[in-house]
Amino acid sequence: MLTAEKNAMVEEIELLVAKYGKDRSALLSILHEIQKRYRYISEYAQQEVARMLDIHPVEVYSFISFFAFLNSEPKGRNLVRICKTISCDMVGKSAIVKTIERELGVEIGGTTKDNKFTVEYANCLGLCDQGPVMAINDRVYVKLTPEKAVKLLSEVK
Amino acid sequence: MNIPGKTERTGPVLFSGYKRGEAITKALSLSREDILFELKDSKLKGRGGAGFPTSTKWMLVAAAKGDKKYVICNADEGEPGTFKDRVLLMEYPELVFDGMVIAGYTMGASLGIVYLRGEYEYILKSLEDYLEEMRKDNLLGNNILGKGINFDIQIVLGSGAYVCGEETALIESLEGNRGEARNRPPYPVNTGFNGKPTSVNNVETFAAVCKIILNGGKWYCTFGTDKSTGSKLFSVSGDCEKPGVYELHWGAKISEVLDLVGAKHTKAVQVGGASGICIPKSQFNRTLAYEDASTGGSIIIFNESRNMIDVLKNFMEFFVEESCGQCTPCRIGNSKLLEGVELIEKGEFTFNYINKLKDLGRTMQVSAKCGLGQSSPNSFISILENFKDEVLNKSNGGRNGR
Repeated sequence: MLTAEKNAMVEEIELLVAKYGKDRSALLSILHEIQKRYRYISEYAQQEVARMLDIHPVEVYSFISFFAFLNSEPKGRNLVRICKTISCDMVGKSAIVKTIERELGVEIGGTTKDNKFTVEYANCLGLCDQGPVMAINDRVYVKLTPEKAVKLLSEVK
Repeated sequence: MNIPGKTERTGPVLFSGYKRGEAITKALSLSREDILFELKDSKLKGRGGAGFPTSTKWMLVAAAKGDKKYVICNADEGEPGTFKDRVLLMEYPELVFDGMVIAGYTMGASLGIVYLRGEYEYILKSLEDYLEEMRKDNLLGNNILGKGINFDIQIVLGSGAYVCGEETALIESLEGNRGEARNRPPYPVNTGFNGKPTSVNNVETFAAVCKIILNGGKWYCTFGTDKSTGSKLFSVSGDCEKPGVYELHWGAKISEVLDLVGAKHTKAVQVGGASGICIPKSQFNRTLAYEDASTGGSIIIFNESRNMIDVLKNFMEFFVEESCGQCTPCRIGNSKLLEGVELIEKGEFTFNYINKLKDLGRTMQVSAKCGLGQSSPNSFISILENFKDEVLNKSNGGRNGR
């Protein structure tokens, strides 16, 4: 990471700390915003957050490792999550997954070669009455068919 | 967003029409004690599933000593098959937020926190806009409606952890710690968020409070059963024609729900989500109530084409992933139960071992640290007992729970 990028990141974290406070209870919100902005929370970002909140960097890492939506390693530019919980499973989640795997040439849990998509399973997305359900980043798509899922993915930049 | 817009819903209590601020105006004209007595009369119990009496919780927080108190709205709706809170927050935010303001007034809290599950991030913007409108109408912020009450609400997004729906795990994560449940006591009503008295209530509980304040506790008791008063939102999914959220009286029969949603050839109904129990056809006359088949609202319907071992495997995989891992009964127990399911799937089980696993499940129910591990064996035990002909006695002409 270039020094200029590092400095820009530090400034952003400073702004987040100013917004959410220096108390440890701001950690969830601060990390969420860093995750959203950079799609992962780098070691450097973890250290900076720890320094500003006056806690040990390991505690930040420990926190990140607990939550499914926070990650310390970069993923693809777009995160595709397919609900695998029972109600979506019963209405054809497997067909959606197989189609997406075939279409993108990637296995579930993996990232495409061009780094455009990471495809994962998600536990219940809370749209059980409208399955199968898939989330692309923070948007959700319901009542999918394999064809519709592929079309949605092709519209992603 | 391609989620269908507001549909006209009807129901006895929550879905019966409400204007923003109505209940706040009424509540602020009452004393705190009157509100607590009204709630006590209503016999309202927590709608997240555990069913703790709301008036008791609020009285404890109101009576607790602390320079600050907090009201937390648990919108970390992660139970498989549950989506009623999404509907409430998207379509009826007025009920939820007004209920929170009333809670803040009653207990003397000045801050309310909505813990919104990360999966619902797409609702965040509309909720924040809504809170801003409330501030403009002086229903939130300083000196609410000129009554000298200060209360504000902030929304914090969760980050995809089922266990954070457990109230102490939720509080831990809000404090910037791993979402691992605490030992209780002390209870959050005394030592909650940042060590201060805190009331954690379900989204639907707050909504019910508004209606109780407006119409009275006695009125609320005219709905439901003696022990389970009022109405309940049920999230219905699975094999039926009309899945969705339904508001019904407590005490409705499972068979009535099945008729209502157009479920045909039903073999089994999972009541209470993955952590609930699986009910076979022979028991469809059981009622949905705290005293019978208790639930936070999740109803998943399985028809005769479904293989119950697939269902159970899906549930157990869920718990293995979502167990936070701090206590052994839950961390190891769920993995062992899943292994048992896989043995059954492959036909390599022994009855002796399966019985041992059921014992393990019962041990988990009493020894796990929080609700996750205490309730995760429910589906294992109930499916293996209620559907043993199908699951374990296949070659003996099993009756498949019919």
